[in-house]
Amino acid sequence: MAILSVKGVNKRFGGLQALGDVNLDVAENTCHAIIGPNGAGKSTLLNVLVGKLIPDSGSVVFDGQSVLGRKPHEINQMGISRVFQTPEIFADLTVMENMLIPCFAKRDGAFRLHAFEAVRRESDMIERAEAMLDEVNMLDKREMTASSMSRGDKRRLEMAMCLVQEPRLLLLDEPTAGMARADTENTIELLKTIRRDRGLTMAIIEHDMNVVFSLAERITVLAQGTPLVEDTPENIKGHPKVREAYLGEAQV
Amino acid sequence: MDQIIVQILNGLDKGSAYALIALGLTLIFGTLGVVNFAHGALFMLGSFCAVILSRILSASHKVVDPDRTDFLGNPLEVDVFYVQDWFGEAAGAAIMEWAVPLAILFSIPVMIGVGFAMERGLIKHFYKRPHADQILVTFGLAIVLQEIIKYFFGANPIQTPAPDAFRGSLDFGVFLGYDPLTIMYPYWRLVYFFFSALIIAGVFAFLQFTTFGMVVRAGMADRETVGLLGIDIDKRFTFMFGLAAAVAGVAGVMYAPIVAPNYHMGMDFLVLSFVVVVVGGMGSLPGAVAAGFLLGILESFASMPTVVDVLPGINQIIIYLVAIVILLTRPRGLMGRKGVMED
Amino acid sequence: MTDQSHSTAPLSVQQAATRNAPLARPRAGRGVLGLTRRDATLMLVVTVLVVFAPFILNPFPETSALAQFNAGYPDLMQRFVIFGIFAIGFNILFGLTGYLSFGHAAFLGVGSYAAIWSMKLITLNVIPGILFAIIVAGLFSLVVGFISLRRSGIYFSILTLAFAQMSYALAYSVLTPITGGETGLQIKNTDTPLFGGPESGIGRANLFGAEMGNSTELELGNWLFTFNLGYYIAGAALLLAFYLSIRIFRSPFGIMLRAVKSNQQRMNYTGLMPKRYTLSAFVISGMFAGLAGGLMVAMDTQVGPERMFWTASGEVVIMTILGGAGTLLGPVLGAGFIKYMENIISKINKDILHQWFAFLPDGMEDVMVAVVYPFIGKGWHLTLGIMFMLVVIFLPGGLVEGGQRIAAKFRRNKTQD
Repeated sequence: MAILSVKGVNKRFGGLQALGDVNLDVAENTCHAIIGPNGAGKSTLLNVLVGKLIPDSGSVVFDGQSVLGRKPHEINQMGISRVFQTPEIFADLTVMENMLIPCFAKRDGAFRLHAFEAVRRESDMIERAEAMLDEVNMLDKREMTASSMSRGDKRRLEMAMCLVQEPRLLLLDEPTAGMARADTENTIELLKTIRRDRGLTMAIIEHDMNVVFSLAERITVLAQGTPLVEDTPENIKGHPKVREAYLGEAQV
Repeated sequence: MDQIIVQILNGLDKGSAYALIALGLTLIFGTLGVVNFAHGALFMLGSFCAVILSRILSASHKVVDPDRTDFLGNPLEVDVFYVQDWFGEAAGAAIMEWAVPLAILFSIPVMIGVGFAMERGLIKHFYKRPHADQILVTFGLAIVLQEIIKYFFGANPIQTPAPDAFRGSLDFGVFLGYDPLTIMYPYWRLVYFFFSALIIAGVFAFLQFTTFGMVVRAGMADRETVGLLGIDIDKRFTFMFGLAAAVAGVAGVMYAPIVAPNYHMGMDFLVLSFVVVVVGGMGSLPGAVAAGFLLGILESFASMPTVVDVLPGINQIIIYLVAIVILLTRPRGLMGRKGVMED
Repeated sequence: MTDQSHSTAPLSVQQAATRNAPLARPRAGRGVLGLTRRDATLMLVVTVLVVFAPFILNPFPETSALAQFNAGYPDLMQRFVIFGIFAIGFNILFGLTGYLSFGHAAFLGVGSYAAIWSMKLITLNVIPGILFAIIVAGLFSLVVGFISLRRSGIYFSILTLAFAQMSYALAYSVLTPITGGETGLQIKNTDTPLFGGPESGIGRANLFGAEMGNSTELELGNWLFTFNLGYYIAGAALLLAFYLSIRIFRSPFGIMLRAVKSNQQRMNYTGLMPKRYTLSAFVISGMFAGLAGGLMVAMDTQVGPERMFWTASGEVVIMTILGGAGTLLGPVLGAGFIKYMENIISKINKDILHQWFAFLPDGMEDVMVAVVYPFIGKGWHLTLGIMFMLVVIFLPGGLVEGGQRIAAKFRRNKTQD
């Protein structure tokens, strides 16, 4: 059962065909990786999924509803959360405040003038945020300013902010890009745990094959804006076409 | 038709001043990435350079004239100007009369010095801070500068006339075949326009044809890459700040005969100049110049009685109205580049 | 702020640390009026200051040479609290969201015009006037904010500035039938409000019959204290404004506003609409400005367009930042500080300076006077500009941060002893 289904999506930037007739189904309760060489259109596709770009043609349906033409915040409210390449968090706020914001967004919707309620009285929200922080082992950092944390911690905080919203689909944009080895390993472990414990559907865009093969259950290979193959990791590993498009490039 | 020509001419001198200030603002913004709210104060300082020089030139000492007596029969004391002592009566009088044009020479080193001091002493520390902080600290500096001027020169405007040769008006209409006295244009305003055009052309030529200018233009486009090439861009940018200060300064000097210098004239011009820069497109030099003239001329058209009759008060708000419309429909201004100040 | 952990330690170590650490959770006490004890204390301090201001601001006996530093006069105290309200409102926008408006005086001016028309046409009672001021300023800020907030950064500042200058120019010229043009509006004895007209001479604003100008004087030895009804009404409004500001700062809405300043992209992808939060903050701060404008008219029944000039907008920016943007107390402090300088320090002239330094030998006296004079009296703007620059450069948290740093230093010294 596909929770996200992309059909015949095209996107041109001037003369460049960034996405050409992309068809993609992300099945519920799987981790689906989208890989491909640089300029294959991975990021463009992601931006279409979150409402940042509107494709020239085609359809994107999430859970039976079209995503196209909706703003990023509406798409998030439908149940899609996104983790960025460089962690996007509220750097000036404390970890706890960072966590509370998605909690409020989930409960109150895109806007509410809750100017007269005291944050400290929102015990449900605080408990929820704390439980989530505990799950990612950051409870001891709750009063720290987010900007003063290590990159690995920022990544985990961002992940926790997405998870506390209990999304139906988590999009990850190169979650380990530019990370030290230890941080990368930590992040993979964290994602595995989340995947296992929560049964969360994930779509991940990644360069690092190590990350892809340790997480993904399904892989789509994009090349020049078009899906080349879609298969299980085992089959992708030995696929000649992938070798040609991907690894072949590496030998040049 | 003659009305239109009159309004275009009227718009030219104000537009020239807007264009010159906006040019300097854009030079600083484009190269240093700093929003300089003290730029109007530099214009004001330039104006006061004219005042200071004319005061220096008319320094005098008292001499008792033995041939003349006052009404009590005592010998009369007369003021004798030093310049006349040194250069003779006629030459001295001429020097005093030409104080404003001479002040250009005087103001350039002064303003470059002020610009260097400002950049090294203050602005340098704000490159990495948010634009809001830059606006605030330069706003504070502008207050300080204008208060210093107020302390020394008082709050009243100081009349600073142009040389006699440029008083009076040119009968411009005659050249276009109109009857005499239909289109009159004061000589000095014409001078101001040509002067501005010269300065603007000079700045553009400098940026276009010298190696230095090339590096600066490259720096405006992509500061980091130029830094990587091993070019000491900071030193050049300091110089740019001096140049921008000098442009604002000479603009102020030459404007002194048009509006008598007063301590708050900088702020008055600054608010409008910022609007000009934003309309032209933040970081675009041609945009700044074009928008300066455009808005100057628009403003004078809006002041035509026929226009004001239909749309009362339009002359007061036209510039702001245009700015709002432009900002909302063309967010980058007329000629702005992508990605400048968009966060 | 702590920045101990730049660790990239493996999970297990941190896990251990977490498991062993007790859950240090500041439990929400019941508090007063929905405030924590700390905020309630702050509120109490401000309340005491406002209530006893006529004493606190008049510390010097009438006959002493220092009497000129007394600031306990009704009209000056009114100005303290009214500008305090203005700055508190501005701080909700700038301090929390980081959007720097250079046109906030327009809302204050519009509020003033609304209030005076209410007094001219409806009643000289100040309550409807102030309510109208808040409503009209709120509506006007909704329009201006809706348009200006389509851009951010310096473009937003310029847009607000352009709107305010337009309002000023229009009030000055075309809108003369509504605004009285250059001369502005006063209440005249030809005005006939629906409920009770100005019986004698110039109409005076009142609260159910009690005139704003009513004062009670108390003479204690050489001290003279004045308790003015208008001041206490404005003071009550300040306390209300301050209370609201605390509630907003501590609310989920307040966190959202700080999130706007921090990262709008993340807000969008968290399912929130940052624009709408910013617009709410803009309108709330516009309404505070309207309240301030209405109170100005209540205290002194006249209004002119200069109230909307961009320098007036610049003043509230300076007040807020000097006191401490983003802090609760900062705007009030900044407003008080600037109004004190404007009204008290500016009155010091050379003769008074000579008196002060009279104890020095003659030559020294002249030197000291010459050195000090440019910075006080008419030169107070210079001092203000310098202070403002110093604060922006060294103390981004304003006077409040300065105070905190000094307090922290004292505390550290104590623990070392």
